[in-house]
Parts: sequence; C-alpha cells; structure tokens
Amino acid sequence: MKGMDKFTGKIWILGDDIDTDIIIPTEYLALKTVQDMAPYAFSPLRPELAGKIQDGDIIVAGKNFGCGSSREQAPEIIKALGIKCVIAKSFARIFFRNSINNGLLLIENDRIQGDVSEGDEITISINECIEHRGNQYPITSLPQNLVDILNAGGLVKAMQRRNNLKGM
Amino acid sequence: MGMTIAEKIIAAAAGVESVKPGDIHTVEIDRMMSNDGTTHLTIDMYNKLKNPRIADVGKLVWIVDHNVPCDSVKTAASHRKMRDFAREHNITFYEGAGVCHQVMMENHVTSGELIFGADSHTCAYGAVGAFGTGVGCTDYLYAMVTGKSWLLVPETLKFNLTGRLRDGVYARDLILSIIGRIGANGANYMAMEFGGEGLRTLNMSDRISICNLCVEAGAKTALMEVDETALSYLKEHGREPKHAFCSDDDAQFAKVYDIDLTEIRPIVAKPHFVDSVVDAKACVGTHIDQAFLGSCNNGRIEDLRVGAALIKGKKVHPLVRFLVVPASASVYRQALAEGIIDTFMEAGAIVMNPNCSVCWGSCQGVIGEGEVLISTGTRNFKGRAGHKDSFVYLASAATVTASAIRGEIATADML
Repeated sequence: MKGMDKFTGKIWILGDDIDTDIIIPTEYLALKTVQDMAPYAFSPLRPELAGKIQDGDIIVAGKNFGCGSSREQAPEIIKALGIKCVIAKSFARIFFRNSINNGLLLIENDRIQGDVSEGDEITISINECIEHRGNQYPITSLPQNLVDILNAGGLVKAMQRRNNLKGM
Repeated sequence: MGMTIAEKIIAAAAGVESVKPGDIHTVEIDRMMSNDGTTHLTIDMYNKLKNPRIADVGKLVWIVDHNVPCDSVKTAASHRKMRDFAREHNITFYEGAGVCHQVMMENHVTSGELIFGADSHTCAYGAVGAFGTGVGCTDYLYAMVTGKSWLLVPETLKFNLTGRLRDGVYARDLILSIIGRIGANGANYMAMEFGGEGLRTLNMSDRISICNLCVEAGAKTALMEVDETALSYLKEHGREPKHAFCSDDDAQFAKVYDIDLTEIRPIVAKPHFVDSVVDAKACVGTHIDQAFLGSCNNGRIEDLRVGAALIKGKKVHPLVRFLVVPASASVYRQALAEGIIDTFMEAGAIVMNPNCSVCWGSCQGVIGEGEVLISTGTRNFKGRAGHKDSFVYLASAATVTASAIRGEIATADML
C-alpha cells in the first residue's frame, strides 16, 4: 500500500450480492491472462462498465460483494481494471481473503451507499476515514497481519519478506 | 470456557489449548485439494518462486473435474500443465473419477482434519466433522509451500435439528430452507454447526448435501457432530478419525437455531440468488428447457435412486433435455449395477460422465439465451449455467425429475 495512505478516486456504484459469476463469467476463465478477461468483468450485469473504468477508480457496492466461487481471477481482474479499492457493506469471505492476498484494498462501510452517486469523487485515508462532500465516514482498522500482507503487495511477497527466504 | 467443533479443530491445528472467535492463528493444514478450475494458476505462481518446494506432497490431492473430458484446446493446455506437474512431483491425481468433493469424501477426508480446498464447496467435508474451507490459489500456494496458513477463528451458528424429514422431502430442501431463512450472507465468516436428534435421522449423502451448500450462506465452514453414522462411513472407506469432536456444553454460539425437520417442505430457489427460496408449489407450471440431476451437491447414488424411482416407466418430456450426471465413477458404477442408468436412458435422459457439468456453466449442457434450467446444482447466479440472460431454478432430485417428466416445474406428488 505504499503511496496509498490517502487517495482520491471516482466511484462506480454496484448493488448487493455481486457474485463471482458477475465479476467474471465462467466462459471467459479459459482466456490466457487476467488482462484478456478484464474487458468482460461485470458483463452479465453491466457490459459497458469494464470499458469505462479508469485507473484509480473506486467501486462502491452493497452487501455480500464477491459471493460465490473461490476463483481468484475475480479480485485479480478488478485490480487489472485499475480499481484502487472496493467499498462494500460486506464482503464474502473467500473473496475477501483472495483480495488481500492479491493486494486489492477492501473497505467495509455500510453508510456511504445512500449518500453517493455514480461519478462522485471520494477521498480515502487508510485506516481513518472516507470523505465525500465534506462528510466523513470512519473506517475500522484492519488486523495487523492483513496490513502486512497488503503493504507487501500480496501474500506471496509477504511470505518472502516474513521468512526472509530468498528461496521463496 | 468450552469450545465449538470449529474452535477445537483450529486449536488442535494451531497446537494451542484453546482459541476464541476473532483470534488469528497460524495452523497446520492436514490436506489440500485443488481442481482444474485454478490449479494452472497455482502452478504458474509456484514456478515464479525463486526456489520453490512442496512442504509435504502427501497432503496434496489434485482432481480434474470441471472440464472433463476437455472441451477446448485451451483447457487441454491447462490440464496438461496440471497433469505433468502432478506426475513430476508425485501428487495424488484424479482425472475422470468424479466431482472433487465427492472424490475427497470417498477417498481422503477424515474427522477432525483441517482441509484447504481451492473450491468454495470444500465446506462439504464437515459431514464427517472435518473443517473444510474454500481458498483461492494464492492461499493454496502458500499452504502448499509452507504446510501452514493463517485462520481467523470464526463465530459459530448452531443448528439444532429435531424430528425427521417427511417422505418426499430431502436434505436439499432443508439446506435451501435454512439459506432462505438466514440469507446469502447470513453466515458470512462464520462456521455453521449441525447437531441434535434430527441429525441422527440423516444419512451421509444428506449430510454432505447440507454441508456442501453452506457456503451459499457465506459460511467459512460447516461442521456436523461426529456420530455413529459418520464413524461407520469412515470405517467402510478404510479410514480412522483424527479427532471426533462435539461442541462442549458451555461452548459459545453467535446464535442457535432450532429446526424441526418435520416442518420442512419441498423448496425451489428462484433466479438469480440461492436465498431466493419459495415453496416449490409456488413455481409449479414454470416453463423449463432443461433439467439437471448431478453435481457435488446432489449427484450421489441416493439422489439418482430418487430420480430413477420417479421416472421408471415414464418418459422425459419431449421439449426438455434431462441431463443425469453421477457425482463420481463409483456412484456411476453403483447406478449401473442397480439398473438406474438403464432406467434413465429408457426414459430418454442424457447420461454423462462424472464431472461438474452444467452446474458451473462450462463443458457440458450450457443453456442458451432466454432458456430455463431446473437444477440440483449449487448455484443459480445470473449466467451461471450459460447465457447471461438465462434462468436457473434450484430444487431437489425429486422436484427436478418430476419437472423433467412434466416439461414444466412440478413436484413429485403431481406425477
């Protein structure tokens, strides 16, 4: 999360229960790389969305974001689209782990959804708050071991750093 | 303070006396299952490590089940990568033996183990009191290389079962009812534990079906009390329990639900959410194009027997494709021995080799634009079984078979 302590981005709004088949439908999983899959992200729900997302944008969604499959392509594709952070009322467990493991920042907040519109800009201060038009929404701190993984840029890099094993 | 089954398994795997919800522990993983959905990604990451190694190859089980036999040149390449790596490293490897969770239950899982599976429905292993949890390929890689991982101790929801399911009502109706009641994230980050006198009336197939679907309520794992039924299953399959845990009397549960099995009715989950459940009668008459009997949730011999008994002497509706996919090769062979495959084929069903099939919307039985599927699969998300504008209803083997015969959603008592 270097350089990510505070950042501002434009938001895209999604609803409740955005499942992994919405994030990336099965038929595109056979494509070779996540970059190849990224244009089809969210296509069952909003086929135009992937083409509009720009580097540094933020997703604001409802409850149970990422429910369903353990397919790790889901957070990888969101990251590949340039999304810097996903804010949701809640995240499904496997998606949560997979995102942290890939260095994708997730923030749980259930108050901002009613106050924002698509295209608004919000500012996020890590482990402090989200700001939107002068309103502040506090963020709960992540446990230290998850912060370590995010700071390292993902689980594999954290493993290499923690074990200090050049061999891994 | 007393502990739940989930807490006891994590404490044992962490080598500590006790744990409580919210603690994060480093745990030894007993077994690690991966399938062709993501194993090629794990291998790519493994090969990028500077000096990769496998902590204990005896703990790995790799299973090709999502696209088998291969449906494209692309999947052929990813299967080959998996097959070659497994052979080179002496990893236990299955191809064509069945859906991964059924293969694991038949051959590997035992009570008290902590198991990572690179597949969300790994929670099925709770049927014999094992802590199975789904992970992505990065978590899998970490466990494969270090033998360990980190786990946040989950809170536990307790389901006390009483009574007995009525004739014509199945474990699948029970778990869909529970998911409908608590919601698609009602158990998010939590363990779902099942016990009580009602559990004693459920056979192993019922139990696997219940635990398998708990991830559709967001659960981290599902766990059942280890009793005679579970121990006999293990014995029949030549395995000993590692631990046979039940929760302590003073264990703390986030919430306790009392479920009277006699009150459960046939259920249908409507598109596009698993918790969108209604009484099956409310869907009677809904048009269908295809019916699917199979999957890790409902493709065991007990499920095929239910379907075969209903369809014997009848025909699949001429406007419907009825796909029957045994969950494993051993289920398939048992069905052959009992004449069940013959019954389905005589009725006009399409019987296929064991694999994930239409449940994950690739390889076989994909449905087209506007089409409607009634399925014993695990999910009914938008586009799950094919075109983004198609529709999946989830129901029991009985309701699916009755619907295949009638050509529209129907319950077994209407035949």
